[in-house]
Amino acid sequence: IRFILIQNRWYMQFDDDEKQKLIEEVHAVVTVRDAKHTNFVEFRNFKIIYRRYAGLYFCICVDVNDNNLAYLEAIHNFVEVLNEYFHNVCELDLVFNFYKVYTVVDEMFLAGEIRETSQTKVLKQLLMLQSLE
Amino acid sequence: MPAVSKGDGMRGLAVFISDIRNCKSKEAEIKRINKELANIRSKFKGDKALDGYSKKKYVCKLLFIFLLGHDIDFGHMEAVNLLSSNRYTEKQIGYLFISVLVNSNSELIRLINNAIKNDLASRNPTFMGLALHCIANVGSREMAEAFAGEVPKILVAGDTMDSVKQSAALCLLRLYRTSPDLVPMGDWTSRVVHLLNDQHLGVVTAATSLITTLAQKNPEEFKTSVSLAVSRLSRIVTSASTDLQDYTYYFVPAPWLSVKLLRLLQCYPPPEDPAVRGRLTECLETILNKAQEPPKSKKVQHSNAKNAVLFEAISLIIHHDSEPNLLVRACNQLGQFLQHRETNLRYLALESMCTLASSEFSHEAVKTHIDTVINALKTERDVSVRQRAVDLLYAMCDRSNAQQIVAEMLSYLETADYSIREEIVLKVAILAEKYAVDYAWYVDTILNLIRIAGDYVSEEVWYRVIQIVINRDDVQGYAAKTVFEALQAPACHENLVKVGGYILGEFGNLIAGDPRSSPLVQFNLLHSKFHLCSVPTRALLLSTYIKFVNLFPEVKTTIQDVLRSDSQLKNADVELQQRAVEYLRLSTVASTDILATVLEEMPPFPERESSILAKLKKKKGPSTVTDLEDTKRERSVDVNGGPEPAPASTSAASTPSPSADLLGLGAAPAAPAGPPPSSGGGLLVDVFSDSASAVAPLAPGSEDNFARFVCKNNGVLFENQLLQIGLKSEFRQNLGRMFIFYGNKTSTQFLNFTPTLICPDDLQSRLNLQTKPVDPTVDGGAQVQQVVNIECVSDFTEAPVLNIQFRYGGTFQNVSVQLPITLNKFFQPTEMSSQDFFQRWKQLSNPQQEVQNIFKAKHPMDTEITKAKIIGFGSALLEEVDPNPANFVGAGIIHTKTTQIGCLLRLEPNLQAQMYRLTLRTSKETVSQRLCELLSQQF
Repeated sequence: IRFILIQNRWYMQFDDDEKQKLIEEVHAVVTVRDAKHTNFVEFRNFKIIYRRYAGLYFCICVDVNDNNLAYLEAIHNFVEVLNEYFHNVCELDLVFNFYKVYTVVDEMFLAGEIRETSQTKVLKQLLMLQSLE
Repeated sequence: MPAVSKGDGMRGLAVFISDIRNCKSKEAEIKRINKELANIRSKFKGDKALDGYSKKKYVCKLLFIFLLGHDIDFGHMEAVNLLSSNRYTEKQIGYLFISVLVNSNSELIRLINNAIKNDLASRNPTFMGLALHCIANVGSREMAEAFAGEVPKILVAGDTMDSVKQSAALCLLRLYRTSPDLVPMGDWTSRVVHLLNDQHLGVVTAATSLITTLAQKNPEEFKTSVSLAVSRLSRIVTSASTDLQDYTYYFVPAPWLSVKLLRLLQCYPPPEDPAVRGRLTECLETILNKAQEPPKSKKVQHSNAKNAVLFEAISLIIHHDSEPNLLVRACNQLGQFLQHRETNLRYLALESMCTLASSEFSHEAVKTHIDTVINALKTERDVSVRQRAVDLLYAMCDRSNAQQIVAEMLSYLETADYSIREEIVLKVAILAEKYAVDYAWYVDTILNLIRIAGDYVSEEVWYRVIQIVINRDDVQGYAAKTVFEALQAPACHENLVKVGGYILGEFGNLIAGDPRSSPLVQFNLLHSKFHLCSVPTRALLLSTYIKFVNLFPEVKTTIQDVLRSDSQLKNADVELQQRAVEYLRLSTVASTDILATVLEEMPPFPERESSILAKLKKKKGPSTVTDLEDTKRERSVDVNGGPEPAPASTSAASTPSPSADLLGLGAAPAAPAGPPPSSGGGLLVDVFSDSASAVAPLAPGSEDNFARFVCKNNGVLFENQLLQIGLKSEFRQNLGRMFIFYGNKTSTQFLNFTPTLICPDDLQSRLNLQTKPVDPTVDGGAQVQQVVNIECVSDFTEAPVLNIQFRYGGTFQNVSVQLPITLNKFFQPTEMSSQDFFQRWKQLSNPQQEVQNIFKAKHPMDTEITKAKIIGFGSALLEEVDPNPANFVGAGIIHTKTTQIGCLLRLEPNLQAQMYRLTLRTSKETVSQRLCELLSQQF
């Protein structure tokens, strides 16, 4: 994974202007696509795997030879964890708790790789951390 | 499960976020933010020490402001303070701030690293996790320096908690990616491999990613992972859907781990051990079988997860390319997906089939799906799916179906999206040329291309049709007749005028016997288009006219009148004016014999790589354009020796030359890509302040001196009466350091002594050079030293130029030499067995990955000297690898900041003929090309 947009985690060196440009470009290529289109878009030398939930796009940028469906489901797995953790997650939860969302991201993705895929294990860990607050 | 309440714990933060969200305008938002920033600043500067909670709250607000897109230039110190808190929430916010707003302030880095060190040593798994995540997210070189030794220890320690192991594995992976040189392999590697057996599948998942990345660069060291990965995979795919509990996702057992294991296996050839190999084949068969079973759930998650594993299994099958049965089964499975209702699956099936088409075992099976693919081209709604269909048609094309595929592509071109037209044009042009049995068909196809999509027909395409027509006399008459007819259309594309003009100028005589296309009719037809055309086309037409003067004496006066007209002779365009003047003069003064000699028919073009293929490769990147014929041919060649088969006429020649100057006559030939520009144009890293004076051309002999440094690092680079320049350099991975010694050979001072490093434009982004100015005064007999730090960002061809300017006595001295920083300096030798070598040699079999040069020996052909040169070149010299002991083979990795490129080389001397054949294979065309050039000069 080169980067994840929604919570903007970057696994490759970009400077801030470049990041902003990337975000805008990804937004531009993804939002024009409709439901009949694939969930994959070629993007520069990479590809974007994205999934839309209500008005929110979750985008992951990966290398061109990475496994599309695996990352597509990784997004869904992540969203299911958020949904469980925030109890019917909505956009507002993600905004007000942005610093916790980062924790969820880091539990599931690290260094541009999938770290943990078991929802049970991730939620258990999140609840343990929650109890430390 | 308790829901997390909004912004719990930090009311102030929630209020602030609400305020921001309620702002009606951008201005209001900025105002609110500025107010908050002022508030936070005053709190941080205030006398009263803030408690941990407040610090956390304010740092978190700053982070939020940053994420909204505003610059944050303070708060780092407070964030660092939070790191040493004993409360999880404060520590977490501190680490988060650090990892999102990385700061290169060295004092801060020291403090941060210190805090991380403490947390890593804390034995508190939560704190260790935070620290490891911070390292993994920042991944800077400083962190690698500090922790690359510690993290592997944590990873393999017996008492480390599972979740910490997961984080440590990926943290190490990140450090290895950013600074591979700082992560030394060691005892830990074998223990890491055994993590594949771990009970905790999360640990296995993280470890597999780490091992895959390490194995790509150090395959030998991680070889044992193959059998472990196979047995792990086997246990997963044969488990019942409930066996793996937490790791079963919509009835699919551990899909992500399966995908990762299959990817790890793609770092290696098929397992040698028959038992392991058998087990793997069983796994792959099971995965293919499962695809045929009825789904256990109707949810898309189920089918996606299942198919993720299936596609990865197919990738592995294609990678091994050794089990015809599996390849054909894979192809049939993909064939089913081609008609699936899920767009994603249709897309992926097309994409995956493209690679299957290049395997000799499955090529025929792929071809059976031609109608479905053509249908996809016509009906798919998503342009990217249609694009994949075009790719697949291109990949499955051969002599048997070329006419059908080209026809379908042409008809699709009429309605194709603008974004992919040019590519389709290139593909059609290549297929038409490659599989033309009948060159009349080829000419028709290209003219159709121009008719349908003239704007997208690049120069390469129409140059190529002319090259082919000139080289094949059986098609010349047909071509003349066809272009003549096409030009009759009232509105024809300018590219057609170009092709028509050129072909009639050469071969118009072949159709001049027909009164309907008599010389005058031909001329009038062309000239009727003249005024609508751009300058280059007009220039070409003028050349056609002068050729007509030679071919058809009867139209000479008509043409002279045209040339003589004011609109030509006094044309504002210099090129047109000059052609008109010169051609008119030529037609007036030259005898028929001289005219006939000067304006003789063009000689055949040397056969070489199609310039169109080169263009497509450039457009798509080398890996995506596989040249089918060549791949197949390669397969049948015994790489261990024996003569290579004669290249097919369109095969990739070893040195693609710049496209020929087809406009001929008068226009200057294209300058070959040669020595670096000596002035103007590409001045870039002017590391010093005010050198405005022109740079001297390269000193004589500089080329030779340059070549002497390709295989060595120290010596004298330049010497004249006044100045001697010596070099000493060392390279490691993608970094290097060069010491340049300037010696004043005279007894007089040099003044204003200014050395400047110059990188041509293209080189600047590829090679980073940093140095400091030297003292502008060099005393008589003294030597000054300059250090250049070098970083290879990506592969490069040109060399930087070192320009030295100084005053000696009353005279101004200006010297330029090429600085011998060459791509091979970033080689790291790789030892490998004969089997590995040829395995990889075969893998690098795309025509664009190989560059070959056959050349005459310039020096005595001495074995020991040759060996020393290959080692000096930087690659490992592999003994007893080539079956022919007279040959030399080498292997190594070119390190650049962005990638590492594996390189194989083979040098075959022929003592009798005093010749060598040098073959380079790397994953990157430009690298093969450059290394071949560099090494060829050495023998």
